[in-house]
Amino acid sequence: MVSIEGLYKKFGKNQVLSGLDLTINEGGIFAVLGPNGSGKTTLIKSILGMVIPNKGEIKVFGEQVKKNSNYRHKIDYLPQIANFPSNLKVKELIKMIKDLRHNTNEDQRLIELFKLEPFLDKKLGTLSGGTKQKVNIVLAFMFDSPLIILDEPTTGLDPISLIRLKDLIQAEKAKGKTILITSHIMSFVEKVSDEIVFLLEGKIYFKGSISELKTKTNQPDFEHAIASILINNHA
Amino acid sequence: MLKILKYSFYDLMRSRWSYVYFAFYLLLGVVLLFLNNDLSKAVITLMNVIIVLVPLIGTIFGVMYYYNSKEFTELLLAQPLKRSSIFLGQYLGVALSLSMSLILGLGIPFVFYGLFESSAIWDFSLLLITGTFLTLIFTALAFNIALSNENKIKGFGYAILLWLFLAIIYDGLFLMTLIMFEEYPLDKVSLIGTMLNPIDLSRTLILLKLDISALLGYTGAIFKQFFGTSFGLIVSFVMLTIWVVLPVLRIVFKSKRKDF
Repeated sequence: MVSIEGLYKKFGKNQVLSGLDLTINEGGIFAVLGPNGSGKTTLIKSILGMVIPNKGEIKVFGEQVKKNSNYRHKIDYLPQIANFPSNLKVKELIKMIKDLRHNTNEDQRLIELFKLEPFLDKKLGTLSGGTKQKVNIVLAFMFDSPLIILDEPTTGLDPISLIRLKDLIQAEKAKGKTILITSHIMSFVEKVSDEIVFLLEGKIYFKGSISELKTKTNQPDFEHAIASILINNHA
Repeated sequence: MLKILKYSFYDLMRSRWSYVYFAFYLLLGVVLLFLNNDLSKAVITLMNVIIVLVPLIGTIFGVMYYYNSKEFTELLLAQPLKRSSIFLGQYLGVALSLSMSLILGLGIPFVFYGLFESSAIWDFSLLLITGTFLTLIFTALAFNIALSNENKIKGFGYAILLWLFLAIIYDGLFLMTLIMFEEYPLDKVSLIGTMLNPIDLSRTLILLKLDISALLGYTGAIFKQFFGTSFGLIVSFVMLTIWVVLPVLRIVFKSKRKDF
């Protein structure tokens, strides 16, 4: 459903992606991992068409990403930093995004789930980081698209919301959706993801399940497996 | 595009600055009419204010809006929307709300004063039309600058420089060239020179319409010969339109190649 071939991207002198190939099949939860600056967000933004690659080809559901905006009907995206226009009310923002995409009633359920009712009439500029992230999650999950991309979804969430988010992700997976996650919280990744894609210096270093990663690195637990990759490659 | 335009427009309609801008023109119109009592003189004074102020406000507002709505833009970019419609929608939202402040702010006091019975109605309409053109031109130029500069401070700096150049420095350079080459026939050069700067072009257009070209001496006569005819008027409006279209095309071109 997502296929990437020979992707190159440079920001000024900084080569972020250098010949990345990746295929993501339908259904399941994929975690994109890697150290800071390894190109996770750039990869995600390239799939969304927000970053324009220097070279390479990206196809989503068989459609070319280049010079196309239609395929984004099938993608829900949760950006890393939830920065919203600060003079809009939460209610208005949700209404506006619905107006721009299509109508849905799913938002009611999500608002209830994350207990956002008291904030609906508040301006986005006055919300706390965690509350903003909840609004962000509502916006990302309300359209029921087959591909969901979550960039650091756990940022700022309290423990209860985190549990709800995990349940939500599992429920979406049960519907047969494909979910792409980046996160630095290893316990979260270990719990939710089916497959790991490890980025290092703009290339795929490892792709496979968590148990495969443990065998490859000879480490008993996931966190140490990741750490050993980083130590071996930066020593 | 229309949806983005709608949201940008509403967003600006809520902002305090649109009202300040509107109130300023309202006040200016009222004060001029009460102090002057002469409609065509009021139009001339207004012209002097509009020619300088409209480009400045258009530039500053354009740059400010672009940088302030960055987050909103990023939110929109992840939606199934074309880049060109996002940026053109925002541009038109800014340009139209500024034009509306101008037209309503000046129009209301003049209508109450009895504009429709006066002969100055054409001069006044020309003033508003060129004001709207200048808003469209300078907001588009501002968006261009903001799209090309990630750094806010730099963007603001370039925007102010652009305004300063077209509103003031260009005239100085133009005048110096005319003095330096005064032995040569310069009527064509000065005509072209005027055409190349939207602020000068607007000023000349209005001045000649107001029949005070005698003040401009010999060049004024040549200008009158050119701009006074319908051919000259059409050419001027075509030039102003080109001044809008080129920067707008660059907004589309640039936005398609930008990383967010």
